[in-house]
Amino acid sequence: MTETHSEEAPSFEADPFEKRWMVISLGLLIAFMLTVTIAGFALGFQVPGSETRVDPRTVADSAPWSEPGLRDRGNGEYDAYVISKQYTFDPRTITVPVGSAVTFFLTSTDVQHGFKLQNTNVNMQVVPGEVSKLTVEFDEAGEFDYICNEFCGAGHAVMSGSVVVEAEAGGA
Amino acid sequence: MLTQESVYEVTQQDRRFVGAHLLVAIAALSVGSLFGPLQAFEWSGLDLYGLLEPIGLGDYYKGLTIHGVLNALVWTTFFITGFFTLVMIAGLKRPLRYPGLNRAGFYTMVVGLVMAAIPILTGAASVLYTFYPPLQASWAFYLGLTLVVVGSWIEGYGFYLTMAEWRRDNPHTRSPFIVLAALITMVMWQIATLGIAVEILTMLLPAALGLIDGTDPELGRTLFWFTGHPLVYFWLLPAYLSWYGMLPKQAGGKLFSDTLARLAFWLFLLLSIPVGFHHQFADPGVPVGWKYIHSILTYGVAFPSMLTLFTVVASLEYAARKRGGQGLLGWIRALPWGNPVVSAQLLAGILFMFGGIGGITNASYSVNLVIHNTAWVPGHFHLTVASAVTLSFFGISYWLIPYVTGKPLWKEKWATVVNWTWFVGMMIFSNAMHVLGLLGAPRRTELGQAPYVPDEWSGHLFRMSVGGAILLVGVALFVVIAARTAFQKERFGPGEGVEFPIAVSMRDPQLTPLWLDRFKPWLIATVVLIVVAYGPQLFEQFSNASFNSPPISP
Ligand code: HEM
Ligand SMILES: [Cu+2]
Ligand SMILES: [Cu+2]
Repeated sequence: MTETHSEEAPSFEADPFEKRWMVISLGLLIAFMLTVTIAGFALGFQVPGSETRVDPRTVADSAPWSEPGLRDRGNGEYDAYVISKQYTFDPRTITVPVGSAVTFFLTSTDVQHGFKLQNTNVNMQVVPGEVSKLTVEFDEAGEFDYICNEFCGAGHAVMSGSVVVEAEAGGA
Repeated sequence: MLTQESVYEVTQQDRRFVGAHLLVAIAALSVGSLFGPLQAFEWSGLDLYGLLEPIGLGDYYKGLTIHGVLNALVWTTFFITGFFTLVMIAGLKRPLRYPGLNRAGFYTMVVGLVMAAIPILTGAASVLYTFYPPLQASWAFYLGLTLVVVGSWIEGYGFYLTMAEWRRDNPHTRSPFIVLAALITMVMWQIATLGIAVEILTMLLPAALGLIDGTDPELGRTLFWFTGHPLVYFWLLPAYLSWYGMLPKQAGGKLFSDTLARLAFWLFLLLSIPVGFHHQFADPGVPVGWKYIHSILTYGVAFPSMLTLFTVVASLEYAARKRGGQGLLGWIRALPWGNPVVSAQLLAGILFMFGGIGGITNASYSVNLVIHNTAWVPGHFHLTVASAVTLSFFGISYWLIPYVTGKPLWKEKWATVVNWTWFVGMMIFSNAMHVLGLLGAPRRTELGQAPYVPDEWSGHLFRMSVGGAILLVGVALFVVIAARTAFQKERFGPGEGVEFPIAVSMRDPQLTPLWLDRFKPWLIATVVLIVVAYGPQLFEQFSNASFNSPPISP
């Protein structure tokens, strides 16, 4: 049988329950869209974006990457330049006082790496030729490990460092 | 012509050709899966890689490359092309138009597989199945993978030509849903794989051959993920094809809505591709605006999955009530759970619901940074590709292997055991991995060597390896059943055998509007949407490309 002769004409038809389900689904998805929009743009939970490009072969030869580490910008704000390379971060420890806002700048001089700062929202892909940037505020004293979470070669598992957040002088 | 169509019998040759696909697929799964539990054990402190050292498989990352390539790329691609070949022939009730072309496609895939396997096994390609530059593998690895993809394209061309001929003979008939679904999947795959094709041919292969000094790694990532997200739909849609077009019949019912089933597949073609930046939320070099747009489009591609949930559940409910099922949810018990073909797909569907919820989380822009490259991510995709897809393919195998070999399923009860073992093992394994991810455990890491693992993780690491051990039992049993079925002496007697399952739609498919049976409008819309959602950023990255990142062998 290749031809069907039917009284009805072809039409887009959905069962009433199915229509209701479609409306509910769309409503739910729009609610999600609004939530990420508000979180991302009104409340400032941001993701890394497009920064400057660098040459991975020479980036470590000139400022600021020739001297990786912390820069004090005043008012409790810091910039931290961190180079990733097989299988270490440079520097491996960063010390800041509690209450600091630290902007991390990451790049790689060899392969891709990851930079995940445990127990914070900082989690970035580190890509040769690019600079990854995110800011975090440290409201509590303690030690926060940063670990490489992108496979970068045989020694990948040992690639880590830590941010030491010191309690204010005279504090607890 | 009318009668010739309806009596076409799938030939021995067709069956053997499909069987060859399944043989490669299941062989790949059986080798690839061995490494999964080894990885889980290593994480929890039981390092068994020393035992594999004598046979050259003692390296964690070599094993992880094998696991990803064989399971995610080979098991899936070979199973899908084999399954679709039969869907085309049995669905259209006619032979392939150019069987030689399809054969050529299959052999191209096999040659590619062998070519890629050699460097992987010798350790010249321990770059994982995503091969992010500037990590450098042997040229044979890239060329081999390219041939696997090109071979699958060629098989796709064979399907299109077969369809074109059917269309010429049947200009006014709606194409059978399962055939349309297979074709949409292949077309989507063909467009999607252009991303890695460009990545490999313009950067990775030339760099591996020493023709260029370096690559642009971020451009590589953008091209990779152009393919990478639709890749997951290439895996998933064949399972959906079975859930919509076969499972209702296997459960004793009908397809609830042919119209909505088609609509869902078209929406997947339209929306699977322009969402790839949701894999790059944590990347530098991609502006936040584009990431945000792809995040929104990703919610769009969740919509056809919601449609699927409704239609598949409604079809199943109809089947169950026909079997005497009652009550608001009580009908679920009336489904034929004793049939392993059915229970595999039902359990796959349940695991996929958890996977879907996790997927929405992954897609949620800044929330993604909590889980990016943590154990959460493999926790998630073992619910999708390793459950929704793999467990559905197990279910399909339970009728497909008997169908192509003419031999009855070996120990049907044990197949039911496989399904439940996989379900239980995966619930434990994936839950542990999701929790570990939230606690910060990285993925793709030989975690037993890592200096930063807190005690807090150890209970979950242990649960993960318990789940992994259960899964190992499940997959081993599946492989035994598949092999015993295919290689036994016993055959179906006269009058016995398996019929090809096609679910009838409740409403005559002829009443489905024509625009749901024509490629043209949907292809145009797909290309337009890709150009809008990818064009500007791809142009930006190509025009600012600097191939200055020297290749490095891991
Ligand atoms: C036998 C049961 C399995 C177990 C216990 C298992 C376990 C694992 C574990 C622990 C990882 C993470 C390793 C790491 O990130 O360092 C992993 C990765 C992965 N698994 Fe499985 N797996 C199994 C089966 C499967 C199946 C059937 C598939 C696909 C069909 C699959 C696909 C993958 C993929 C694609 C990866 C990611 C590889 C990568 O990150 O490069 N697995 N598996
Ligand atoms: Cu690393
Ligand atoms: Cu995706």
